[in-house]
Amino acid sequence: MGTHNDAVDLSLMDDVFREYEGQRGALIPILQKAQEKYGWLPPEVLNLIAKKLGIPVSKVFGVATFYAQFYLERRGRHILRLCDGTACHVRGTPILLTALEEHYQLEPGETTEDGELTVELVYCLGSCALAPVAVLDGEVLGRLRQNMLLRTLKKRIDLAKPA
Amino acid sequence: MSVHASPSLTFESPEQGPDSQRRCVAVCMGTGCSSSESALVRERLREALVEQGLDAEVEVRRTGCFGFCEQGPITVVYPEEVFYTRVKPRDAQKIVEEHIVGGRPVEKLLYKDPLREQPVQKWHEIGFYGKQKRILLGNCGVIDPENIDHYIAKAGYQALEKCLTQLEPTDVIEEVTKSGLRGRGGGGFPTGVKWGLARKTPRWPKYVICNADEGDPGAFMDRSLLEGDPHSVIEGMIIAAYAIGAEYGYIYVRAEYPLAVRRLRIALEQARERGFLGENIFNSGFSFDLQIKEGAGAFVCGEETALMNSIMGERGQPWPRPPYPAVSGLWDQPSNVNNVKSYAYAPAIIRNGADWFKQIGTPKSPGTAVFALTGMVNRTGLIEVPMGITLREIIFDIGGGIPHGKQFKAVQTGGPLGGCLPEEYLDVPIDFDSLQAAGSVMGSGGMVIADESTCMVEFARFFLKFACEESCGKCPPCRIGSLRMLEILTRITEGEGRLEDLDELKRLSKGLQRGSLCGLGQLAPSPVLSVLRHFEDEFRAHIVDKACPARKCKALITYEVVAELCTGCMVCGRNCAANAITGEKLQPHVIDPELCERCGLCYEVCNFDAIVIKSPR
Repeated sequence: MGTHNDAVDLSLMDDVFREYEGQRGALIPILQKAQEKYGWLPPEVLNLIAKKLGIPVSKVFGVATFYAQFYLERRGRHILRLCDGTACHVRGTPILLTALEEHYQLEPGETTEDGELTVELVYCLGSCALAPVAVLDGEVLGRLRQNMLLRTLKKRIDLAKPA
Repeated sequence: MSVHASPSLTFESPEQGPDSQRRCVAVCMGTGCSSSESALVRERLREALVEQGLDAEVEVRRTGCFGFCEQGPITVVYPEEVFYTRVKPRDAQKIVEEHIVGGRPVEKLLYKDPLREQPVQKWHEIGFYGKQKRILLGNCGVIDPENIDHYIAKAGYQALEKCLTQLEPTDVIEEVTKSGLRGRGGGGFPTGVKWGLARKTPRWPKYVICNADEGDPGAFMDRSLLEGDPHSVIEGMIIAAYAIGAEYGYIYVRAEYPLAVRRLRIALEQARERGFLGENIFNSGFSFDLQIKEGAGAFVCGEETALMNSIMGERGQPWPRPPYPAVSGLWDQPSNVNNVKSYAYAPAIIRNGADWFKQIGTPKSPGTAVFALTGMVNRTGLIEVPMGITLREIIFDIGGGIPHGKQFKAVQTGGPLGGCLPEEYLDVPIDFDSLQAAGSVMGSGGMVIADESTCMVEFARFFLKFACEESCGKCPPCRIGSLRMLEILTRITEGEGRLEDLDELKRLSKGLQRGSLCGLGQLAPSPVLSVLRHFEDEFRAHIVDKACPARKCKALITYEVVAELCTGCMVCGRNCAANAITGEKLQPHVIDPELCERCGLCYEVCNFDAIVIKSPR
């Protein structure tokens, strides 16, 4: 993982453009593939996509900002996706959020200053029977309680707890 | 791998069939069970069988969702159908040694029904399954969803063969119309009629589109079906395509469902290999293929016109109807959009006939309904029940009632655009029309139970916040109206509400219902209105008494220590991030309400129930 100043290697996109050449309605899958490669959507990549598809950058930007899946900013090294779907909500997600705010000063959508952890709020991961649920770096944490979540974060992530 | 010129419906080898008497240990590999290590369970089972030299005789089968996700990972031993719950990888050896070799079911892994003394052995004897009728989910938990032969052995693709070799497209439409099948995405529009409209438009190409953008929080019916029996959806789509005269189709799947996408891809490939998809299917001259489109995270794309915009690579915003998709849809061509479940019913209806389907359910809503039963209920999971069953039967007989001896308060159906019903409605037989009359909707199948600890005002606010965030922004009634409503609801939960707010909420609701472009805006006020209708006293408590009866709204509650119960163990103080708790060791502690952030951690960690939550009244 580099810093924000790293030059973006645009050649990673060559395969993607080849795969979708001539296909109608390919903008969204192209953005998805781009994000797979870079982890987010750097401005240079959005510009390149617009140029290659022959459409205005504003349109690419418009689509990229419309969908929740696309990130226009770099995210933390670890990603905690906390589910606030209805089932999780009635089984205690709000109280988990309060704990995160209290202990890490993190609100949904924010990343810790050291770039270690991003917290996202999602509506339904579809594991409602295990509610409340969160996914930390792809691993499902089910039947969560406040201290269990805080313990797991402490154990997994080298987070300096803000004073 | 060879491509068959014409598909064959015979099994390649009989022992691949799930109906054989061969021993089989089925492990659920749906999303729920997978997230509690069912893949590892499967691995360990295999190893244990190899160790016993039984790996050739006993099959370890990956299956889709059994529905009883609460008790996952689920493992079932066939043919005796012994049902094991919460199976850990280390239990695999026991299952093999004691049950497979020793012939004695492993008692400690059997489901212990709180209402019965003896543990339950067979899966159909468990209360959770007692009142279910599994048509759509019939193959889930039985067949390997990644093996097309398993689907074929369960009469898979026979309906397609019948359509292409014996029926005219109009016959297919007539049969589906006669069955009375209504769209299972929630709208309840007659599926056969919809197909007929798309057929009538004399322009080609036409498209069939499967709406698998299951965005309702607390709902996972479509996902489980796609993961557990993907071929049934594909077969249904091919039948629909033949009926309306389409050559190409799309399945629009929610981005958050990676496993469903993977299973679909495998199924599509297998269907192509066998010739169920492609050119000249069953030598009928009919050709059809389809592709998967992955969504990118926008709830509004569950609306059919927004969904088509998204397939075309645009922002997923709806367009005003008419024109309806049947006339002008994807790329301005006639298109048919149905929900996953609607398509999946088609093969069963063609195979067994419209009359068979009509026998199930109610006269106006024939068939079954699939619900994701979640929230404050003892047995959560995915269920399929005949229409006409009552909410009480679902919640108390299937769901086993409310946990921890608490009181039932409300059942929320239809997702964030549905409504909440109180206890008085528990005995209403449910179908599309009765739920609507009661002030809720059938929706796509989310069913969330709220108990006495749920604050209904906050619940209404939660749904509106969702609708507000997911508003696409195209039409002002939805974009601005939902925000205004959210502001009012937030104010009420913070103790700043005024009695006039209740009328204002109703007025704004009308504006959204009448003025919004699509279902998202039109239905966004539904949860608020249903809570206003059935739980107005809770609104009044927040506004007049500045009290939250469920003790959930942070601005209206305080945490206090009960001095007689507090042992002074200091656990709460150590855990309090706000340093709001003070007290000497072995002396009762005190919480400073000014410093307290109402995070509830002290309440959770206290081992002596010495912390209480208070609200006025």
